[in-house]
Amino acid sequence: MLNINNLHVQLEEEDKQILKGVNLTVEPGKVHAIMGPNGSGKSTLSYVLSGKGGYEVTEGSATLDGQDLLEQEAEERAAAGLFLAFQYPVEIPGVGNMTFLRTAVNAQRKARGEDELSAAEFLKEVRAQAKSLKIDAEMLKRPVNVGFSGGEKKRNEILQMAMLQPKMCILDETDSGLDVDAMKLVAEGVNALRSENRGFLVITHYQRLLDHIKPDVVHIMANGRIVKTGGPELALEVENNGYADILAEVG
Amino acid sequence: MALPELKQTATQERLSSLSQPEGGCLAGARHAALSRVQATGLPGRRDEYWKYTRPDTLVQATAPEASVFHHDEEPMFDGFDRLKIVFVDGVFDESASDDLELEGVRIDRISDISKQDIHWVKDLYGVLEARGQSPVARPLAALNTAFAREGVAIHVTGKPSKPINLIYIHKSEKSDAMLHHVIRVDPGAEATILENGPAASRFNKCTEIDIADGASLHLICAQGRDHERRAATHMFARLGKETTFKSFTLTVNGVLTRNETVVELLGDDAVAHVSGACVGDGDFHHDDTVFVTHDAVNCESRQVFKKVLRNGATGVFQGKILVKNKAQKTDGYQISQALMLDDDSQFLAKPELEIYADDVVCSHGSTSGAIDENALFYLRSRGVPNDAATDLLTLAFLGEAVDEIEDHEIATDIVERLENWLIRRR
Repeated sequence: MLNINNLHVQLEEEDKQILKGVNLTVEPGKVHAIMGPNGSGKSTLSYVLSGKGGYEVTEGSATLDGQDLLEQEAEERAAAGLFLAFQYPVEIPGVGNMTFLRTAVNAQRKARGEDELSAAEFLKEVRAQAKSLKIDAEMLKRPVNVGFSGGEKKRNEILQMAMLQPKMCILDETDSGLDVDAMKLVAEGVNALRSENRGFLVITHYQRLLDHIKPDVVHIMANGRIVKTGGPELALEVENNGYADILAEVG
Repeated sequence: MALPELKQTATQERLSSLSQPEGGCLAGARHAALSRVQATGLPGRRDEYWKYTRPDTLVQATAPEASVFHHDEEPMFDGFDRLKIVFVDGVFDESASDDLELEGVRIDRISDISKQDIHWVKDLYGVLEARGQSPVARPLAALNTAFAREGVAIHVTGKPSKPINLIYIHKSEKSDAMLHHVIRVDPGAEATILENGPAASRFNKCTEIDIADGASLHLICAQGRDHERRAATHMFARLGKETTFKSFTLTVNGVLTRNETVVELLGDDAVAHVSGACVGDGDFHHDDTVFVTHDAVNCESRQVFKKVLRNGATGVFQGKILVKNKAQKTDGYQISQALMLDDDSQFLAKPELEIYADDVVCSHGSTSGAIDENALFYLRSRGVPNDAATDLLTLAFLGEAVDEIEDHEIATDIVERLENWLIRRR
């Protein structure tokens, strides 16, 4: 599904290499976790995959179901089924959450040549999804993320994911800024979306999120590369011993 | 002090191209206004108040020609039940207008009033304009008082069941129109007045508004969409006790527009909101000049102006809140913002506060900037194409001004028109 091959990325504005040859394959139905110390390039990887500006790919490739992602605009990647849950969801004053969701859903449907959802169909769907994420009607009416608490913002990300039904979901430190209860709620939302056709890439600093979203594969990223790959036990090892041992081991 | 020679010559040239309506009950007001123009002279490039907008073409003896813009958009406010009063190139068009009869309001033409003697009109015509000449001269308004032959006198005595719509049609490329309206809202009365259309190649409009205690008035004006038109408009409003005055102006296209609004809050607990949204590109110059005076206790004023500019368009905002010493508990707010969709446009802003009372809340802000890249990426990452995402953010930017319109249906209609304007210019 998601194939990343020898990906090298540097900042556009300065000559600074961030990713130095990332190799990663996520299969449908699998949850991959990426852990790693600050500055290892985890968030950059998520931004480059989803099409944020300011980065230059100097080598390597990234494909989703064989389609070259790096050639596509951000909106094309989204329509192709890629979704990024932001570490810091952006506040957009003046744009209602409902308007935003409906515009996004219908833009993707249109790009895929499908019929747009009617107002009634959309409303029914969004109400059902919001209910399971404990998002109240008032939150749907407010401008996107404006005045939302940290937990509300992250639940809103998961709501978007649920509405857009992407093939490949990247969660960038979705656990940051969440209390235990909120993390459970978000994790339940994510788990409800797990299916044999959908892949997940969960970026996190801490093992605790992985207690709730059980990964199939865990990668350790350091200095712009994936330095170690293993099963869920690798996350526990990090939790107990920190990154130092692993980094020393891989040199 | 004698006027500079250049200014005197320009003023004389303009005055000699005009003739005053003769006789009638407004003759005195017109003569007094002419004296005001002669004393101050018409605006010149060196006047501080015209630092950001060149007045030359508004002042010169003959109006620059402006081609008539044809489009297939449904005329503004067509979908709304209203009483229509139509002016073509500044001349009243009786056949296109409705009967000027509506319960709760009396409407007369200024050209008819000259022959009658309606007291409230005599007490208002040229009076607020004259008051508004201090501390800053507004000679184009005095010129209007002195020479305008047409316009309407609207006397709101109750709560008319529908809005009154002044429609300004532009037909001749050489038209040079002047209209002077006076509006009086009786105690406790309420009305909505709509205005729309390009009016003429060059348009000078002056509106004087007197809102009596407990009354309220809503004004919604749409200027546009002719590209080459020029306009200088003035609105003078005087607010009594516990009144509400809300004005929103939409400006689309136009090579030169200067809208001056002068509001005096003279009765306690009055509320005045003056707002505007404009969108323009290329050869577009739009100037909002606002002067709000608080001279009573516990009044609220808001100025909300938003401009979307691109391809070298220019936006100007000169806004002032003056709080006099007895105007305690004043709540004043002023925001002017420009969204620049490229590097070629400019926004020139001069926000001012002058406060003599000590128990007041007054805030002002002015910003100019580009589309927020983070918000744009967020929308695109959800599948919204770049153009649509940019439009969505642009409309959101204009939202705070459009939200000042109380009538939800009219606000929705205006948002749709703005959306179409944005789509046409992608």
